[in-house]
Amino acid sequence: MSTLSKLSRRRFLELTGVSATGLLLGAAVSPASRAMDVLATATGERLNLFVSLRADGAVEIVAHRSEMGTGIRTSLPQVVADEMEADWSRVRVIQALGDAAYGSQNTDGSRSVRNFYATMRQMGAAARRMLEQAAADTWRAPLAECRARNHEVHHADGRRLGFGELAARAAALPLPGLDDLPLKGREDFRYIGRNVPIVDLHDMTTGNTTYGIDVALPDMVYASIERTPHLGGRIAAYDAAAARKVAGVLDVVELQGPEGPPAFNNVEGLAVIASNTWSAIKGREALAVQWRPSPHSDHDSAAYLDALQARVSGGPGRVARERGDVERALGDADQVLEASYRTPYLAHAPMEPPATLARVDGGRCEVWACTQNPQATQAAVASALGVDKAAVTVHVTLLGGGFGRKSKPDFSVEAARLAAHVGRPVQLTWTREDDVRHDYYHACSAMYFRGALDGDGRATAWLARQATPAIGATFDPAVTRLEDGWLSQTFGSVPFATPNLRIESHEAPAHVRIGWLRSVYNIPFAFGVCSFVDELAHAAGRDPAQYWQEMIGDDRHLDFAPEGFEFSNYGRAIAEYPYDTGRMKAVLRQLVANIPWGETLPEGQGWGLAVTRSFLSYVAVASKVRVDGDTLVVEELHGVIDAGTVVNPDRVHAQLEGGMVFGLSLALNGEITFADGAARQSNFHDYPVARLNQVPRVIRTHIVDSEALPAGVGEPGVPPTAPSIANAVFAATGQRIRELPLARHFDV
Amino acid sequence: MPELKINGEVHAVDVDADTPLLWILRDELGLTGTKYGCGIAQCGACTVHLDGQAIRSCSMPAQALENRDILTIEGLDSRVARAVQEAWIRLDVVQCGYCQSGQIMSAVALLESNPAPSDDEIDSAMSGNICRCATYQRIRAAIHAAADTLAA
Ligand code: FES
Ligand code: FES
Repeated sequence: MSTLSKLSRRRFLELTGVSATGLLLGAAVSPASRAMDVLATATGERLNLFVSLRADGAVEIVAHRSEMGTGIRTSLPQVVADEMEADWSRVRVIQALGDAAYGSQNTDGSRSVRNFYATMRQMGAAARRMLEQAAADTWRAPLAECRARNHEVHHADGRRLGFGELAARAAALPLPGLDDLPLKGREDFRYIGRNVPIVDLHDMTTGNTTYGIDVALPDMVYASIERTPHLGGRIAAYDAAAARKVAGVLDVVELQGPEGPPAFNNVEGLAVIASNTWSAIKGREALAVQWRPSPHSDHDSAAYLDALQARVSGGPGRVARERGDVERALGDADQVLEASYRTPYLAHAPMEPPATLARVDGGRCEVWACTQNPQATQAAVASALGVDKAAVTVHVTLLGGGFGRKSKPDFSVEAARLAAHVGRPVQLTWTREDDVRHDYYHACSAMYFRGALDGDGRATAWLARQATPAIGATFDPAVTRLEDGWLSQTFGSVPFATPNLRIESHEAPAHVRIGWLRSVYNIPFAFGVCSFVDELAHAAGRDPAQYWQEMIGDDRHLDFAPEGFEFSNYGRAIAEYPYDTGRMKAVLRQLVANIPWGETLPEGQGWGLAVTRSFLSYVAVASKVRVDGDTLVVEELHGVIDAGTVVNPDRVHAQLEGGMVFGLSLALNGEITFADGAARQSNFHDYPVARLNQVPRVIRTHIVDSEALPAGVGEPGVPPTAPSIANAVFAATGQRIRELPLARHFDV
Repeated sequence: MPELKINGEVHAVDVDADTPLLWILRDELGLTGTKYGCGIAQCGACTVHLDGQAIRSCSMPAQALENRDILTIEGLDSRVARAVQEAWIRLDVVQCGYCQSGQIMSAVALLESNPAPSDDEIDSAMSGNICRCATYQRIRAAIHAAADTLAA
């Protein structure tokens, strides 16, 4: 529940670095449960978001979430402006500093709109109500006769006052109670549900933007860091003199790695400080560092995946969810299918690699970073420097992509430690090689499925096991099995109506830093689950689209508790955001209606589809492929999303387009392998990502019109895409793909 | 000290002869509209024009640049460039925006040499420019839209 409060100018300045006058509003609400938030950033349970109105009528709205391409710097302010009846052309968006007063600013988990939509509306509505009251007081008229409209308050008799003229008077009023804050009806929305161009659009097309990599201060130096190739490695020897001989090199600095788990610490490395980036990079190459081995320095990903595979197909694991009697159903079945699936490690590779500028001065530190999580940055930097959090100011720049990589503040820790050491501002840019070799990798996964079909082809049992290294291991080495919170992503929460069902987990100790990548464990799990449903459909001789409908069964809200499973539901209460099989089936029906599903295609062509619920949204994706000898081409991608209430439809379309192509990219190309503990890939030539020539000529997206609570948008387009492509490959060729990427099987 | 002609102005820069143009633009001249993405001519984020051709500035050392015309996103001002930027805005192409300087530089160079490219021609001219946010289908559409504007 929310309470609103007025803010002092000083507090506004502290939170934004911008001075303000006029009406200032904040809201304090309890943030949603953060069950999924493994970052465990110790934020207070309060949250402040702001709108300010100046006497000249200019409105400033604070964006407290990071912009990494979703348009969030526009969408949330758009909600405030709408309820406030502000004229969007007079709104300026200010980026918030990192401060626990905002509650979680961790921009991941596709939750910016869903967690803040209601609060933003209340804030806008409170401002509107206060301006209307100020006008009523000015005119000595009843409040009911005064209506705010497009930056003015109108009286029933035609008089009007501009918002700016009312600012001072409104600021002196008490805050309205939340209970008598009328929210606008959907039919009165001015910006919500409309395609408002993002505020950075013009600057981004003219190169006039500041990302983490772009920030500069007078007197700054540049750093490049050579890091241990295997997790936990230590510096054994290096040639500092050779590095210092490189023109422009100023210093060589040892950065010790952590004693404990990697968490958000820097990994052990040697930094070269120089007068420009190029000199720093050249200096690094001269270092010839030798590394001491660690318990992870013999990690070999192929052998590791083989071992995981043997484990999941070899026998039962810990049971996470169970109903009925799976063994008996398998014994009674007319047909039993079994299949093993695996997916590789992946790297995030955001277009802008991690980059930070840090300045340390008299016990205070200032950081400018492309961070998804400014508060985690603040906390990690403070702890690395041994200062109080309040002594660390974090400025959030634009992010050149994030995908989860930039929620981890390790790169800012490096820059801050270096700045403290050299006594000058340090600009640290990771090279692409650094980014690919020292990522918080997306986990590889081994899965095993067994399904029972009766004489009519109906599925009577679903048995699924997985072994996948846990993100938790990055923070606590004792975590050797995936937690149920993460297992909830697709694998543990399958919506099937099969009378018998069991989900099991095996151990998978981690040997690299595991992190979250756009849609996280849904990536491997949707591939396995949605492919195996397709296998069952074909074994039953049925149309996969219809078979999906039957597998899901009746329209209902799922209840996992009776089956012993603690479903995380992306941190939200299941009563508030039910798992609604009706909505899931509806996106699938809509998808099939949008494409010529069932058409007869020439040899070598086929359609495939998949559907998932992730981040509280329902997405169905269909792919059309053409296989010509060894060559695979994805010709079409179609997506349907039900994300509940949508604030900026064009940005939702853009996220679905981008999410599907991100999914296509990892399905076709994505693979990181390890030998001797070190990633074997280093840049886009050996870790390819989708380019224009791999992108289907036909991409269509469809948003289901809905008034349900807003759900996630940034990630949900990813999970169903890979299985839809693999299922299309089966339809085209009869070849079942059980291992990603597709580049292992075809020329892509 | 190499002298470089960038966006019509001559700059004397004090760098080693092997320093890539990308780092001269960014570190020495503060022209940060040109981005780093890979450093090995694989991603196109650093694309600029050299005598009217789209090139990867990360792989172009200073010594190769004397007496050549270098154009960066900051200096774009041709009729074609305006048509491209307007189309980019009209179609809301950008997501994070990071790759877009390079995309636009490549698109302008394409349209300057081929005013009405086909999808195949667009794919082959633009496949050196990665967009990790995958704004690709709008890039394709915006290039066609800019071509239409220029033909009108
Ligand atoms: S940075 Fe030059 S092509 Fe990638
Ligand atoms: S818009 Fe983000 S990389 Fe292209």
